[in-house]
Amino acid sequence: MKEVIHTPVPYIEEEEYHINMGPQHPSTHGVLRLVVTLQGEIVKKLKPHCGYIHRGIEKMCEKDTYPQIIHLTDRMDYLSAHINNHAVCLLVENALQVEVPERVKYIRTIIDELTRIQSHQLWWACYGMDLGGLTCFFYGLRDREKILDIFEQSFGSRLLHSYYAPGGLMMDIHPDFQKNVKAFIKYFRKKIKDYDRILTGNVIMQERTRGIGILTRDNAISYAVTGPSGRASGFSCDVRKHYPYACYDKVDFKEILYTEGDTLHRYFARMEEMRESMKIIEQLIDNIPAGDYSAKMKAVLKLPAGEYYQRVETARGELGVYCISDGNKTPFRMKFRSPNFSNLGVLDSISRDTKIADLVAIGASLDFVIPDIDR
Amino acid sequence: MDNESIKERVQALVPEAQLEENKQFITFVIPAEKMHDLALSLKYNEDLAFDYLFCLTGVDTVKHLVVVYHLASTKHGHSLVLKAQTTDRENPAFDTICDIWKSGEFYEREVFDMFGIRFNNHPDLRRIFLDENWKGFPFRKDYVDEVNIVEL
Amino acid sequence: MKEKDFRDNETLETFKLPNRNFLLTTIDDIIDWGRSNSVWPLTFATSCCGIEMMAAGASRYDFARFGIEVYRASPRQADVIVVAGTVVNKMAPVLKRLYDQMSEPKYVIAMGACAVSGGPFFYNTYHVVRGVDHVIPVDVYIPGCPPRPEALLYGVMQLQRKIKLQSVTEMNKPL
Repeated sequence: MKEVIHTPVPYIEEEEYHINMGPQHPSTHGVLRLVVTLQGEIVKKLKPHCGYIHRGIEKMCEKDTYPQIIHLTDRMDYLSAHINNHAVCLLVENALQVEVPERVKYIRTIIDELTRIQSHQLWWACYGMDLGGLTCFFYGLRDREKILDIFEQSFGSRLLHSYYAPGGLMMDIHPDFQKNVKAFIKYFRKKIKDYDRILTGNVIMQERTRGIGILTRDNAISYAVTGPSGRASGFSCDVRKHYPYACYDKVDFKEILYTEGDTLHRYFARMEEMRESMKIIEQLIDNIPAGDYSAKMKAVLKLPAGEYYQRVETARGELGVYCISDGNKTPFRMKFRSPNFSNLGVLDSISRDTKIADLVAIGASLDFVIPDIDR
Repeated sequence: MDNESIKERVQALVPEAQLEENKQFITFVIPAEKMHDLALSLKYNEDLAFDYLFCLTGVDTVKHLVVVYHLASTKHGHSLVLKAQTTDRENPAFDTICDIWKSGEFYEREVFDMFGIRFNNHPDLRRIFLDENWKGFPFRKDYVDEVNIVEL
Repeated sequence: MKEKDFRDNETLETFKLPNRNFLLTTIDDIIDWGRSNSVWPLTFATSCCGIEMMAAGASRYDFARFGIEVYRASPRQADVIVVAGTVVNKMAPVLKRLYDQMSEPKYVIAMGACAVSGGPFFYNTYHVVRGVDHVIPVDVYIPGCPPRPEALLYGVMQLQRKIKLQSVTEMNKPL
């Protein structure tokens, strides 16, 4: 009998080639450009090119007064606009040693957490869409509108509010604020179960994301990956726990930590964080103390000469504001340590040797906001 | 480790280090050429263990070009700020630290883009935000843009 | 939207070409009706306004009611490019190329203050294009920072109104 010889057909081509993803690509969530080196379908190398939305906000800050800077921070990470405002407000308040009223602290914490929920809702919507589930997009944005309604009622705008001012708030909250927030929490507790049913328990989603893009704890620290992405790798980096600001030392909440660090657990971390945020809001919403909505501030704010650093936890990680003041009403140098910029650095190392389709899932799980990378 | 012993340790490692007054962090100004060696011992020393570089930025103080390193330890929870500076505005160069903390790779590219500070041994030192053929370094105080930037 | 609802802005209809023959007018009306009710936008979102554009496409505002049916990721399949967000010097050549790749007839909506004029990034920056009309011709401007989804819907209706004034014989002429 003649011997049958099986010559293996090379499944993967030897040659490497490059593909440009972006700057106009729906799954990069903006104008990020990734130059991907591929071998067949396998990602061999990846080079992010940023700067397609670099507006020079840090340079602008050198000519602007501190209340003006708040309006620019809105436009960096527009999905956590309030939290960005909070960073600059805290920086100015700590530098001038202003004690803000308790009422302000409570309201700020509640609004920060609402912002976090709406940011994660939009992330969930886009994550589902990137993995091919268009229903998620509609569900996520439908529930997000409920939060935007609450925002609109109190602050008069949907997305960029500039509601915080140094020393307090621009105006008091709407009388119906508490009622509406409570109604929303009740509504969203039910809806988040829907989220779980449609995507979390979905076998296709789990199979597609489990074990993809593994980020170890050491790498997370070395690359300075913060936020839910870092915590999914076991890097305890929650600024709210480690350096509490506003009311976070008074409330009881859990820091979500996983050790696996793959795409699926980054997903879990964000889903759990939404639940924790709701828990924080529930603890505070009934106890907002009466009082002023702003401390007395001078008309022109001049920070004493020196260096200041303030960090807050945005929906994507640790935002640091580093400010050097020379005693004038404008800062000498303002630096925003944006969480997305550090998180982008890790994309190359965790997406190597994965399929190009998985790159989309990994990118979605890291939850980039490109104007925050480029500033 | 408490603040006093960190100060002593850093001064033992680099005798030229000058302590700078800062309420928030311990701040040291160190000579640029000593930075890489100091960084190595800061990270790999067991009781220092500064493994988390959370911010790296440049500052143009007109007199100097400064690179500011914000370091923290996730194990012990202490933090430290180091400043390396140079007076050379034409061809400033520092040693890279991105072999020690990987987050430094992107931060240093940003500093190179905005301040024109070169980092020796950096694996991929290109402009990160601006075009390759962009003239000048925008975050320097002497950057001139007559069209857009208004002097009041 | 009917013409009488645009009473606050009625100059546009005066541009309608006079002295056209009956046959051509009927063909024009049919083609323009079809075109104006099937405007497919390109997903071109650079910053914050993109989120409002997404919100306009999602369940509450539902773009698709007005024929802005699907967002296309490829410029070859798109009719209108909604420039949502700041355009910087590095992005401007890309935007121009995207615009060139779109097939005729093509339309541009500048959404938000940055795309209209540079917006809050007008002074003291070095990298921002002051309005997208420095790069490509714009049909409709929508002010706001960011504009509400209702504003985007209104802007799109204005574009549809503009499309309805076109003639097949002079399709490439700007209105």
